[in-house]
Amino acid sequence: MSTDTLLSFEESLEKFDPAMGLEVHVELNTNTKMFCGCPAVFGGEPNSQVCPTCLGLPGAMPVVNAKAVESAMRIGLALNCEIAEWCRFARKNYFYPDMPKNFQTSQYDEPIAFEGYLDVELEGGEIVRVDIERAHMEEDTGKSLHVGGATGRIHGADHSLVDYNRAGIPLIEIVTKPIMGSREKAPEIAKAYVAQLRELIVALGVSDARMDQGSIRADVNLSLAPVGTGSLGTRTETKNVNSLRSVERAVRYEMQRHAAILDGGGSILQETRHWHEDTGVTTSGRPKSDADDYRYFPEPDLVPVAPSREWVEELKQTLPELPREKRARMQREWGFSDLEMRDTVGAGALGLVEETIAAGAAPQSARKWWLSEMARRANDSGQEIAELGVTPADVAAVQALVDAGSLNDKLARQVFDGLIAGEGTPAEIVAARGLEIVSDDGALGAAVDKAIEANPDVADKIRDGKVAAAGALIGAVMKEMRGQADAGRVRELIIEKLT
Amino acid sequence: MTDYLRASAADLVTALEAGETTSVALTELFLGRIAAVDGAVNAFLHVDREGALAQATASDARRAAGTPASTLDGVPIAVKDVLATEGLPTTCGSKILEGWIPPYDATVVTRLREAGLPILGKTNMDEFAMGSSTEHSAYGPTHNPWDLDRIPGGSGGGSAAAVAAFQAPLAIGTDTGGSIRQPGAVTGTVGVKPTYGGVSRYGLVAMANSLDQAGPVSRTVLDSALLHEVIGGHDPRDSTSIDQPVGALADAARQGASGDLTGLRVGVIKELGGEGYQVGVEASFRESLDLLVSAGAEVVEVSCPSFVHALAAYYLIMPSEASSNLAKFDAMRYGLRVVPDGDPSAEDVMRASRDAGFGDEVKRRIILGTYALSSGYYDAYYGQAQKVRTLISRDFEAAFEQADVLVSPTAPTTAFKLGEKLDDPLAMYLNDLATIPANLAGVPGISLPSGLAAEDGLPVGFQVLAPALADDRLYRVGAALEMLLEKKWGGPLLAQAPGLDTVLGGRVGRSAPVSRPPNSTTGEKA
Repeated sequence: MSTDTLLSFEESLEKFDPAMGLEVHVELNTNTKMFCGCPAVFGGEPNSQVCPTCLGLPGAMPVVNAKAVESAMRIGLALNCEIAEWCRFARKNYFYPDMPKNFQTSQYDEPIAFEGYLDVELEGGEIVRVDIERAHMEEDTGKSLHVGGATGRIHGADHSLVDYNRAGIPLIEIVTKPIMGSREKAPEIAKAYVAQLRELIVALGVSDARMDQGSIRADVNLSLAPVGTGSLGTRTETKNVNSLRSVERAVRYEMQRHAAILDGGGSILQETRHWHEDTGVTTSGRPKSDADDYRYFPEPDLVPVAPSREWVEELKQTLPELPREKRARMQREWGFSDLEMRDTVGAGALGLVEETIAAGAAPQSARKWWLSEMARRANDSGQEIAELGVTPADVAAVQALVDAGSLNDKLARQVFDGLIAGEGTPAEIVAARGLEIVSDDGALGAAVDKAIEANPDVADKIRDGKVAAAGALIGAVMKEMRGQADAGRVRELIIEKLT
Repeated sequence: MTDYLRASAADLVTALEAGETTSVALTELFLGRIAAVDGAVNAFLHVDREGALAQATASDARRAAGTPASTLDGVPIAVKDVLATEGLPTTCGSKILEGWIPPYDATVVTRLREAGLPILGKTNMDEFAMGSSTEHSAYGPTHNPWDLDRIPGGSGGGSAAAVAAFQAPLAIGTDTGGSIRQPGAVTGTVGVKPTYGGVSRYGLVAMANSLDQAGPVSRTVLDSALLHEVIGGHDPRDSTSIDQPVGALADAARQGASGDLTGLRVGVIKELGGEGYQVGVEASFRESLDLLVSAGAEVVEVSCPSFVHALAAYYLIMPSEASSNLAKFDAMRYGLRVVPDGDPSAEDVMRASRDAGFGDEVKRRIILGTYALSSGYYDAYYGQAQKVRTLISRDFEAAFEQADVLVSPTAPTTAFKLGEKLDDPLAMYLNDLATIPANLAGVPGISLPSGLAAEDGLPVGFQVLAPALADDRLYRVGAALEMLLEKKWGGPLLAQAPGLDTVLGGRVGRSAPVSRPPNSTTGEKA
């Protein structure tokens, strides 16, 4: 699909410095659209959630969704931005079939939020500050479906269908300042920024924040300049990057692609690029120049948005605990080491561990199950740990059985097998599979007798006072009982019988 | 017996209240008049006989039950074709919207329906309200009932002519730079542009959103006030609509009709007169001023120096907004669709449809506006124009410190001949010289007939402007002047209009253009 020549990542860094800019679009989860009363929900029969306003019918007018303004302000505040005392919407004029009015109602030089930052934690624990240029409000476009072509793209398609359900859904576009000097960490920073911005959005509760459904979409701007010059090269804007992994890969790919072109004496074409998740490459989109003229002007159908300082202050005071603060608090409360905390976050298990602890498990137990047992299983099956079918409540329930002495770790793993296989609740699985530890002296006594009989040498050692040798007999008993014996009681019985 | 055809809306209300006539009878009367004269006048693009009679029947039932929906319940009305009407064609005078039937009503139309006014039909206009003569309608020009070879003004020539030709007692117009007031002036009728934000724009197909305003068209000042009260007031669907009650406008008109203007300060705008103004227009204006003085008003001269830049600013702001507003007409969802031969892309279809669907004046303004908004030119054109706009508002503020109302001739000339200025856009634009400042500043204005120009015997309009939200002053002053003038004339000015029936001669009886079948590939896409 692509015939791009790439320089190796290492070589590209030897010769060039990357500069990145990230634009993230967040679809808000308001009940209604940005400028009309239509439901703003994902899916639905095509063109079932439309009205004169979001279809751009002649004469229809927009009215600003106050909840969307509030969400925008909360995002801005969480990103340490200034909130505009007075700002306007503006029309961004260009023709496209999925844009009902052939202009997008957006914000131009007067964004609702500006000049902020997000401190992003990298895997090694390093904190990188990403400066935020602005966060502004706009409306989403409809969705085109190109039918009949080989690629699903407009080129070569037989005809196109447009679904306007998405048209008018509120979007917040968050734009970073150029991220310079990140060198080899550029791909990681890009991913960590989007990941932690997403967490922040989740914490604010203002969006479904599903990258796979497009409720968070990232565009990656990237340029290279000769090492040490500090200048900015020609950039490309890679669109359609809709997973965290892809953000990292797309940055890396574009760095290597740019480097190969520049190194060969070529120049970068300023254009949009499309990221292809399946093949891991970008392909050329449309040329984009700084002279692209959207003929912005203030939207005359809307009045300015002028949030009172009281409202801003109230929103600031009622911001939820944000991910980084929350993480610090949790680490303190749980007594995790820095490494344990980083591993937990890195495995994407923070929320699961938190919920498991909330369901009653001890922090270390919760961490142990998710990071060892579940992470291993997920890795084996190529899934995310959250997709295994085991819930935090399940893990807490299993751990409770372990704590009560009804299960040991080995049996607990069998319970997880059952949970993943969909056999029911932990209690049901224990019952159905007969996994409960046997501590009944009758059954254990017979097994102990059998073990003593089969291992006379070991029995003699114990009789001679070498109690440490009991381990071998315990192992035999456990084997006989197929693991379902209470090891402590077995030990007691052995010692009773032989001393 | 009262001549209901020529009666004012207020008098029709009296007759309805007294049970002397019915809404159905009145509606039939005006439908009959339309059928008789509209072949010559071409004021209507669409007549809704069935709908109007159904509304009239419902109105009569309410009257009979003693529960009229409003004062004007049962009085028929015509609506400019720039307002969306559910189930009724809405073309904006353009080929590109031929056959489009909106699935919703403009708020103004909703209010008319709720108030019980049967809607006779949709009136002709310059395409997308761009023009001062109604010659830019894609469906042929409207003719001035005073002289069928002359323009009825524009863009709302259809509404003004319909009222002047007694095809409707009331009509709705829209005014972006004078499109209610200037047609009023040249047809001898009354037209009011309310304070910007005073009447909802929801469903008004926008030419220039920051300037557009719907308003009443009538034969008397009181009728406009009554209609203004029906259509005005806050609308949550228009963010720019003002959240204030519309005010007691009819009361202001009735008070004015007493003829006492003692203590009123009337400011004559120095810049709106003199060079470029027809002699008979100025003479008529002076006569009206004298009448105001005789009623106790004090006349002062005020200067609004920035008004000389108003036309230039207007022709940057209006086309800029229009160029963006009209982008939606792209053949993708509704309206005319022209599919070029071969394997056209969506962009090819858009281009071909817009080329075929828009007339020259519309294209001219789209090009102007696109240019004015272009990066690198924005500050010099759109930005500068907005500054002029601010200066004009300041001029008004200063002038309203010296005077309670400002006055000028509504238009520099009387009705000119059809075709006379069609090839000279600048000459055409000059028609709105006196009306544009009010739109730029958002202040309200009225035009009412002040007499006939001596040299051509054609109607002249007198404009009164008031501060924003002081629309009541227009009605008070307008009604006073109207009373004094009619006393002088011995009746309404329209009584001096040549009876259409005699003037038309052989032209009467041509069938009215009830609707025109699409002659293109038009079709509404669901």
